[in-house]
Amino acid sequence: MGIWGCLGGFDFSMMTRPPFTTVHGLEVSDLTVSYNRIPALHHINFSVNCGQCVGLLGPNGAGKSTLLKVLAGLLPKETGRIAFHGRETHGASQDFAYLPQREAIDWDFPTTVRGLVEMGRYLRVGWWRSYSQEDAAVVDQAVTAMQLGPLAQRQISALSGGQQQRAFLARALAQQAHVFLLDEPFTGLDQPTQVNLKQLILELRDQGKLIVASHHDLTSVRELFDQVILINGELIASGRVEDVFTEENLQMTYNTPTFAGPTGRAHDHPHD
Amino acid sequence: MDWITEPFQHEFMRRVLVGGALIGFTGGFLGAFIVLRRLALMADSLSHSLLPGLALGFMLFGLAPMGLFFGALVAALIVAVGAQMIARSSRLKEDTALGVLYTVAFSLGVVLISLVKVRVSLVHYLFGNILGLSNADLWMIWGISLVVVPLLAALQRPLLLTLFDPVVAETQGIRVNRLNLLLIVALVLTMIASLQAIGVIMLLGLLIAPAATVFLLCDSYPAMLWGGGAIGMFGSCLGLVLSYRLNLPSGACIVLTLGVIFFAAYLFSPRYGILRKILRGRHFHQESLARWSNDKSDQGSPPSI
Repeated sequence: MGIWGCLGGFDFSMMTRPPFTTVHGLEVSDLTVSYNRIPALHHINFSVNCGQCVGLLGPNGAGKSTLLKVLAGLLPKETGRIAFHGRETHGASQDFAYLPQREAIDWDFPTTVRGLVEMGRYLRVGWWRSYSQEDAAVVDQAVTAMQLGPLAQRQISALSGGQQQRAFLARALAQQAHVFLLDEPFTGLDQPTQVNLKQLILELRDQGKLIVASHHDLTSVRELFDQVILINGELIASGRVEDVFTEENLQMTYNTPTFAGPTGRAHDHPHD
Repeated sequence: MDWITEPFQHEFMRRVLVGGALIGFTGGFLGAFIVLRRLALMADSLSHSLLPGLALGFMLFGLAPMGLFFGALVAALIVAVGAQMIARSSRLKEDTALGVLYTVAFSLGVVLISLVKVRVSLVHYLFGNILGLSNADLWMIWGISLVVVPLLAALQRPLLLTLFDPVVAETQGIRVNRLNLLLIVALVLTMIASLQAIGVIMLLGLLIAPAATVFLLCDSYPAMLWGGGAIGMFGSCLGLVLSYRLNLPSGACIVLTLGVIFFAAYLFSPRYGILRKILRGRHFHQESLARWSNDKSDQGSPPSI
């Protein structure tokens, strides 16, 4: 079992493929992340291919946001390896686009929808140069793809929740990112808006993008995602929805105390 | 018209107006970043913490501008960095740490200046005195403006990303911490440049009133930078003319002028003005009433939305 032993009772037959054989995608191995030496994520291993829509599930405090942030290069990893297309990533990368929770944004900021999308180009354009026609074309495409054409000149606070999400997706598109890391994108959206956003995300998936979205509404998991990653401080399971999104795994994910390491905060090891 | 142009004929007044225009533009330009980054409290704290630095500079080097300049710079940076250190090493939040530190620094400045008791008057530093603007001061203002404005203009894209969302900016490879530090240094330099005209206490007004005005008028980031600069420049010059004409303190006249412009925008802004809000509210109310009565006469049932 090797290092797997510490995951205690994790059944590998539930994964669609053995870990670390994929190249065209995202591989995470032995990833540990700590805040002030208290581990928030413990020896996480999973791998997902591009062209997938992956749901990241787990109770509050399970480390969903932490995992997204460390993938985006926002938090340092204590141990482990994150590789995209077989190459290890170090810190921030243009291939990854991180979409923060909507509450984290200052919506009164003086920018229009188009201005927001253009921000995705800034680092490709550089500090000084002006926009080339190609940049403008990429921005136009992103705006159109996310159905924001008629809203392009609106101030961003004058958008509805679903439109706001689309505006940020458009920015990630303009950045020409390959991996979209979304923090609770469906939270607070009504049913039709959720369906619309889902269709747009599936289109991105069909273009070969990898989408990883944290999510907390278990009833909509089957219709939204191809794959799920269940975490609770440590990895419970990852794989195709049909295989992994089971009653038993959900029990393990939601009904055990969050794993906080051998010297953790008064929590017991969930599988002791 | 003569009333406005006559002051320009005096050589001294011309110098003062050039200085006023420069600090007005630089302050207004920088103000956009202060408003969007919500650094108003930080800016106020730092302006107050210039005082002990000025006092020490005076004690050590006399009235030499360079001594005062470095004294003020060091004092403000000590307070800014010290507040961060206290916030990180204890459970206090940064605004609390900053509040304690800057009032202590300000008090220290008041005590030091009272101890020195020679020629420099406390009032002079607190409220500004443009009449004291020497050639050396004017050169310093030129120097600081020509560093701060081009630097911020050159960095406006990474700054925009940082201001809008520091977390995402970090993922795009921007050194957010360095940019923040740079912003603080630019802020302190600009405050030192404006000190002579406005004084420690009202400095904040010159910095944020122009940007706040533009923020009420439009939704464009470049407009906030350049428009803030333009309003700051216009307000400073008008304030200085008024101060000369009515024989009133310069700093207060500048900030009052900027205040009048700000309140005009607050009331009459076509997009975010308070009057428009009130009028629009009434308009919607009438529309809603009309819809209800129409629906009732048509079907006698509540309207569908």
